[in-house]
Amino acid sequence: MSVSPDDIQKMAHLSRLKVEDDKIEKLSADINNILGLVDQLQQANTDGVAPMAHPLDASQVLRKDEVTEPNQREKYQRCAPATEDGLFLVPKVIE
Amino acid sequence: MLEKSIQELAKGLRNKEFSSVELTKSYLSRIEALDKSINSFITVASDQALASAAIADETIANGTPNLWTGIPFAHKDIFCTDGLLTTCGSKMLHNFEPPYNATVAQKFIDAGAVCLGKTNMDEFAMGSTNENSFFGKVVNPWSETNELVPGGSSGGSAAAVAARLAPVATGTDTGGSIRQPAAFCGLTGLKPTYGRVSRYGMIAFASSLDQGGPMAKSAEDCAAMLQLMAGHDAKDSTSIEKEVPDYLAALTGDVSGLKIGLPKEYFNEHLNDDIAKVLQDAIKVLESKGVEFKEVSLPNSHLGVPAYYVIAPAEASANLSRFDGARYGYRCENPRDLMDMYMRSRSEGFGDEVKRRIIVGTYALSAGYYDAYYNKAMQVRRLIKNDFETAFKEVDFILGPTTPSPAFGAGEKGDDPVQMYLEDIYTITANLAGIPAMSMPAGSVNGLPCGVQLLGNYFDEARMLNVAHSYQQETDWHTHKPKNSLTEL
Repeated sequence: MSVSPDDIQKMAHLSRLKVEDDKIEKLSADINNILGLVDQLQQANTDGVAPMAHPLDASQVLRKDEVTEPNQREKYQRCAPATEDGLFLVPKVIE
Repeated sequence: MLEKSIQELAKGLRNKEFSSVELTKSYLSRIEALDKSINSFITVASDQALASAAIADETIANGTPNLWTGIPFAHKDIFCTDGLLTTCGSKMLHNFEPPYNATVAQKFIDAGAVCLGKTNMDEFAMGSTNENSFFGKVVNPWSETNELVPGGSSGGSAAAVAARLAPVATGTDTGGSIRQPAAFCGLTGLKPTYGRVSRYGMIAFASSLDQGGPMAKSAEDCAAMLQLMAGHDAKDSTSIEKEVPDYLAALTGDVSGLKIGLPKEYFNEHLNDDIAKVLQDAIKVLESKGVEFKEVSLPNSHLGVPAYYVIAPAEASANLSRFDGARYGYRCENPRDLMDMYMRSRSEGFGDEVKRRIIVGTYALSAGYYDAYYNKAMQVRRLIKNDFETAFKEVDFILGPTTPSPAFGAGEKGDDPVQMYLEDIYTITANLAGIPAMSMPAGSVNGLPCGVQLLGNYFDEARMLNVAHSYQQETDWHTHKPKNSLTEL
């Protein structure tokens, strides 16, 4: 399978990434090379093989729904780009 | 002093041969003098290190030290450290001071160890050369006239230990990122079983493959580090609740009667002649200690790299969606609206390789391609795991090369990502299966260190470390170090 520069732009947008026009050709070539490598998977006979998402086939553990962490809002927001009144500040979303 | 093991350093501290402050100062002064050329550290934490060392000296004076009290070490800059810059090699996190400690970081703090700083790495652990760091590439301390790469992504940790800028360092391994730089820099490095070491606070790349582990001069030091790092963590639901054995006590050196498999898919015409010779020599040493070798088969190992380059980017595309410019990390200047903030913060904050993998991952997970790529890769992943399970019914361990060649020159692989990805051909399958694997120095090719890889069954780190230790009792490759203007004061 190969992808066109338009497909790449679409995937980039879904990934919230901007690809400059002068970089799209090289990026398309690189990604097509990667997909060429990945296409070797099609040689494998995987009939009836269950997909493996986790190395140990472990199941998700549950814990009691209890408060364990203290409120440290100020500390947690110290690394934020912008805050106001204890809230994260972002550009206006609703007019 | 620079060649001492962790146990020897601990003994020296207890016997008052030197203090932790003296030890820490000696490493900090080496870093200051030598790291301008090597660039193995992104952040040197001099003040914090000296403060921890002073506290450690008090603990020692009070007679209550443990093995790690006052021992300097370095963290790969992927482990979150409370109040200490943690960049993951990215512009995206160039200003990120985490408000908490990774579990691994907390364990070193609780033990009273002295963190010298945070080491350089490929951005978000994506790379095999350390050329993908926003903070500049790392120079392999073994470089003579030609500048060589240290490997990656834990290249800063590897270079720092090889240049004796730190006694040991932490690393992480998603497809070979501990083992390949260990091989390139002449170190012993271990990727534990998936779930052995907590991933809490270890910045995620591919969550079903990532695992933290030790990088050190010897198997003995790796055992000491793993003892500290391993264990179940309620904060990481994928960490496994299983008792941590006494890794140092397991280093008896007795390996007689062990069976080690040699996969016919590794020992073929593609194997570099020099590396083949190193492997044969290592086999002879272990045979002399009573190890029995036999051929095994891992028929799907050639599908490891293709499966990895679906699964790892797919998981990365999801993991890295958290970097949105809203709560921490890089935000673009004057965003017009929310979409503009996402688009520009991510486009300006991520480097090319990271963007490439996010886009590939998004493609592999997108409607219409999910079955052909992601689902297929997860099925092949099981075939690879089944290969190992079959082999481990017949043998205790598997031995093979760590890398296709010794360290190569900076820029030498060109700009085709696929050529770079094939560097990890021997290391990637251990991550896909989740089994432990380690690299140890076992020879020299053109004056450069060369690694041999051991792969083991799930949670068999103790016996695997003993095999490496047994080999290191008979040989001195692990004591070889670079001696040149990069490493000599």
